[in-house]
Amino acid sequence: MAQAMVAQPADWEAQEQIGLWTDAWRRFRRNRLAVASLAVVVLMIVLAAIAPILQRLGVIADPTVQDVVNSYQSPAFGHHLLGTDDLGRDVLSKVLFGAQVSLSIGILVQVMVLFLGGGIGLVAGYFGGWIDNVLMRFTDIMYAFPDLLFVLIIVAALGPTYFNILFAIGFVAWVGLARLVRGQVLSIKEKEYVEAAHAAGTTPFKIIIKHLLPNALGPVIVTLTFGIPAAIFTEAVLDFLGVGLRPPQPSWGVMVFEGYAAVDAYAYLVIIPCVALSMTMLAFNFVGDGLRDALDPRMRR
Amino acid sequence: MTEPILKVEDLRTQFFTSRGVVRAVDGVSFNVNPGETLAVVGESGCGKTITALSILRLVPEPGRIVSGRILFNGRNVVDMDGDEVRSYRGNDVAMIFQDPMTSLNPVTKVGAQIREAMTAHDRFTPTQASERVVPLLQRVRVPAAQTRVKDYPHQFSGGMRQRAMIAMGLSNEPSLLIADEPTTALDVTVQAQVIQLLKQLNRELGTAIILITHNTALVASMCERVVVMYAGRVVEEGPVDRIFSNPEHPYTWSLLRSVPRVDEARKGRLVSIRGMPPDLVRMPPGCKFHPRCMFKVDRCSRDEPELEDVGPGQRARCWVMMHTVSEETREDAQTSEMSFDVAADIKKRMRSDARP
Amino acid sequence: MRGALIPLRKRSGRGWTLGIYIARRLLWMVPVLLFVIFITFFLAHVAPGSPWDREGRQLSPAVINNLNLKYGLDRPIWTQFGIYLWNVIHFDFGDSYQHTGQSVNSLILDSWPYTFKLGAIAFVVILVFGVSLGVVAALRQNSIIDYAAVGLATVGASVPNFVVGIVLIIILSNFLYKATNETFFLPTGGYPQDFVHMIMPVATLSFLPIAYLARLTRSSTLDSLRQDFVRTAWAKGLKERFVVTRHVLKNSLIPVVTTAGPLFAGLITGSVIVETIFQVPGIGRAYVTSIEARDYPMILGTTVLYAGLVALLNLVVDVAYVFIDPRVRLD
Repeated sequence: MAQAMVAQPADWEAQEQIGLWTDAWRRFRRNRLAVASLAVVVLMIVLAAIAPILQRLGVIADPTVQDVVNSYQSPAFGHHLLGTDDLGRDVLSKVLFGAQVSLSIGILVQVMVLFLGGGIGLVAGYFGGWIDNVLMRFTDIMYAFPDLLFVLIIVAALGPTYFNILFAIGFVAWVGLARLVRGQVLSIKEKEYVEAAHAAGTTPFKIIIKHLLPNALGPVIVTLTFGIPAAIFTEAVLDFLGVGLRPPQPSWGVMVFEGYAAVDAYAYLVIIPCVALSMTMLAFNFVGDGLRDALDPRMRR
Repeated sequence: MTEPILKVEDLRTQFFTSRGVVRAVDGVSFNVNPGETLAVVGESGCGKTITALSILRLVPEPGRIVSGRILFNGRNVVDMDGDEVRSYRGNDVAMIFQDPMTSLNPVTKVGAQIREAMTAHDRFTPTQASERVVPLLQRVRVPAAQTRVKDYPHQFSGGMRQRAMIAMGLSNEPSLLIADEPTTALDVTVQAQVIQLLKQLNRELGTAIILITHNTALVASMCERVVVMYAGRVVEEGPVDRIFSNPEHPYTWSLLRSVPRVDEARKGRLVSIRGMPPDLVRMPPGCKFHPRCMFKVDRCSRDEPELEDVGPGQRARCWVMMHTVSEETREDAQTSEMSFDVAADIKKRMRSDARP
Repeated sequence: MRGALIPLRKRSGRGWTLGIYIARRLLWMVPVLLFVIFITFFLAHVAPGSPWDREGRQLSPAVINNLNLKYGLDRPIWTQFGIYLWNVIHFDFGDSYQHTGQSVNSLILDSWPYTFKLGAIAFVVILVFGVSLGVVAALRQNSIIDYAAVGLATVGASVPNFVVGIVLIIILSNFLYKATNETFFLPTGGYPQDFVHMIMPVATLSFLPIAYLARLTRSSTLDSLRQDFVRTAWAKGLKERFVVTRHVLKNSLIPVVTTAGPLFAGLITGSVIVETIFQVPGIGRAYVTSIEARDYPMILGTTVLYAGLVALLNLVVDVAYVFIDPRVRLD
C-alpha cells in the first residue's frame, strides 16, 4: 500500500518531460512564420542533398563546366535559369551545390559544438574542480579575441580547405555552448531531485541522462539553431575575404567573391548568392525564434 | 451628516479579452466618509483590486471603466481629462500596493522616490519637498531616517519598505488612502505593526483609508465599516461590529467561519467554502454565489437579488439572509462539508470511540 | 538587507573595492594577452607559405636566405618567441615584412584613425537608432511602428553585413550613379574622410547591431513597463514623460549596457569586413592582408591591439555597470 503511494521521482519526472515536448511542439506549430521557415529550411536541405542526383539526371548543369562563349548570360527562362558567370558556368547549379557547402558547414559545425561544447560543459559543471577552472580560464581567453579574427588566423594556419574551415569555426564556437551547458548543470545540480537520485545511488551518468539533459536541452537546442546561420555567415565571410574556400569551389561566399569584381556591370552574379545567403539565414533565425518561444518555460499563454 | 468624500455609483469595469468580456467590477456602489476606515473584503479575483484601480483611473489594458460614476468631492473621476487625473492621483487620493519590493523603483533612492511624489504636484516647492522627506519617514517609524533616505529599496527590510510606501502615499496629505493588501507580502509580526501604523495615521491625520484585504482579522482590528465583494458585486456592507456578529449573506458568514478563532477553539470547525470562484466571463444565472451556497432556495438560481437593508447601516444581497437560517441548519451545513473538514472527522471518530 | 560591502563607511567602502576590482582585472589581462600572443605566434608560424612568397616572380634562394637572417627567422621557433616577447614588453613590435622599413607601430598608428573614426561613428549611430527604435516600439506596442521595428530588426539581424554593404553599393553606385551621374556616395579609392563618404561604411557596419539592439531594448522596455513600480509611478500622479524616463527607461536600459561588450567585439569583426568591401585603409584590412602575406610582426601587432582593446572595453562596460545598477555587487 505504502509503496504504491510513493511515486518514483524519475518516472514522474519523465512524464512531465514528455508533456513539455508535445506542448512545445504544439506551440511551435502555432507560429506560422516559424513553421514556414522550417519548411524553407527543409526544402533547401533536400535540394542541396539531391543536387548531385539532379545533375546526374540532367535537371541541372554541371557547375564546373565552363562555357566561355556563353559567359555573363543574364537570368532567363530557357537554358540557364539564373544565368551564367564569368566563365560560362551555370549559376543555378552553382547555387545548389553551394547550398551543400553552406548548409553542411552550418550544421556540421553545430554537431561539433554540441559534442565538444556540450560534453565539456556537462563535465565541468557536474564535476567542478580543476576541469571547471580550466574551462573558465579558457573561455576568458577565447572571449578576449573576436571570433571571426580567430577563425581567420586558424584557417590561415591550417590551410583553407573545407574541413579546416569547419574545424576552425567549430573550435571557436564550442566555448559559448560549454558555458551555457555548464550554467544549466550548475543550476540543476542543486535541485532536490538530483540530490535524491544521488542519495539513492544512481550513477552520475544516469543522473546526467535522466535529469540534467532534459532540462538543459531547451536552451541548448535554441543556441544550436541560432548557431547554424552564424556558422554559415562566418564561412561565407571567409570566402568573401578571400581567405576561405577559393574558386572554383562552389560556395555562396565564393560566388560573391568572384562576382564582386564585376558588380557594376553584372550585379546579378552577386545578388543571387546574397539572396540565397540571406534567405537561409533568415529562415534559420525564424525557426530559432519559434523554437525559443515554444520552449520558453514561462508558459504565459 | 457630512458628505462622503468618495461616492462610487454603479461602477462597471470590464476587460475585453480574446476569451470574452470579463466583468471584473459589475455594478459596485459604496461611499467613503471623511476620516473613515473602510474595508473591502473578498476572495482573490472578486474585483476589489480592480475597483481600487478604477478609483484611481489606473485600470490596465485591456480593461476599461464602461459605466458608472466615481465622485470625489463631487467631481466625477471617470470624466476627468489627463491633467485633472494626474493632479488627482497621489494628491487627493493615494494608493499603496501589495508587494513593496516590486512596487518601488529598484534603481532609485527611496528618499528620491518619496520626494518625487511631492514634486509631481504643486503643493510643495522642491525645497519644501526635500525637507519633508525625512520627517515623513520618521512619522512612519523608519529608524535612522536621516541615513535611510539615501538607501535603495533593496537595502530596506520588507516592513520598512511598506512604511516607506505609506510615507510616499501620505506625502501630499490626501483625503483618502487606498491600501491594497498592504500586509499580505509581509511577515505576521510585521503585519500587525503596519496595521497599527495605518490606524494611528488615520487618527492623527484624519485621512480616510480603504483597506483591501482577504484577511478578516485585519478588518476587525482596524476598520469601522466593511464592504464584502463577490464576483464583481457588493454582496454585503455595513459597520464592522454588526457584520462580524450578524453576517447576513452566506458568503460573509462562510468567510468569517473560515478563520480560526482562539475563543472558539473547542466549538468552531474550520469551514472552507466549497467550489471555486465563478468564471467572470461566463457567470451563473441568478445569484452569483448560489453554486457554492449552502443555504440556497429555488429562487437563487433564477433571479439575482438586490441589495436590501437588513439592519442599522447594514445591507445584503440575498434571498435567504442568515438570520432566517436556524442554528441546527447551520450546524448541519457545516458537518456536511466533512470531506474538507478534518477536525470534524476526528471529533466524530472520538465520539464513536467513546461509545460503550 | 545591507550588503556585506557596506558596513560603516559607505562611500569609501565601495570605492575601495572598485579600485581593487579594476586592478585585479587589469592584472588578469596580462596573462590573457600573453596567451593570445602565444597562440597567434604559433599559428602564424605554422601557416604554410613564407613571408617571401611573391606572386609572379620568385625570389632567389640567396635573397630569401638573407631575408630570413635579417629578420631572425632562421632561429629556432622558441627563441623567436622569446625574443618577440622581450620586444613586446618594450613596446617594440618589430618591422613589417610587407612594407619594408616601416615599423609595425607606425603602420598601426597610420591605420588606426580610419578604423577608430568608423567604429566611433558607428557606435554612436547604433546606440541612437537601436535604442530609440526599441523604446518607441515598446511604448507603442502593437502599433505599426512596433511591427515595422520588429520586422526590420529580425531581418537586419539575419542578413550578413557584407550583403548589406554590397546591396548598398549596388543601389547607390549602380542605380543612383547611372541616374544622376553623381559620385556622391562612392567610397572612391584613397578613402576621403568626409562625412558623405562615411555613410555607406557606417551604415553597413551598423545595420546588424542596430537590429540586435532594437530587439533587446524593446523586450527589456516591455518587461519594465509591466513592473509594479511603474504602476506606483502612475499612482503618484507623475507625468508620462517622467514615468517613462525616470522609471521605465532607467531600468530597461540596464541590460542594454551589458550588451555593449559584445557590441564592441562585433564592431571589430564587422570593421574587418567593411574595410575590405569599401577599401578603407584601416586596421581590419591590415589584419587580413598581413595574414595573407604572412607578415608575422604585423599579424601579431594587430592581434595584440585587438585583444587588448576588447579586454579593456569589456572592463569599462563592467565598471560602468556597477555605477548604473545599485544592486550590483563586485565579486
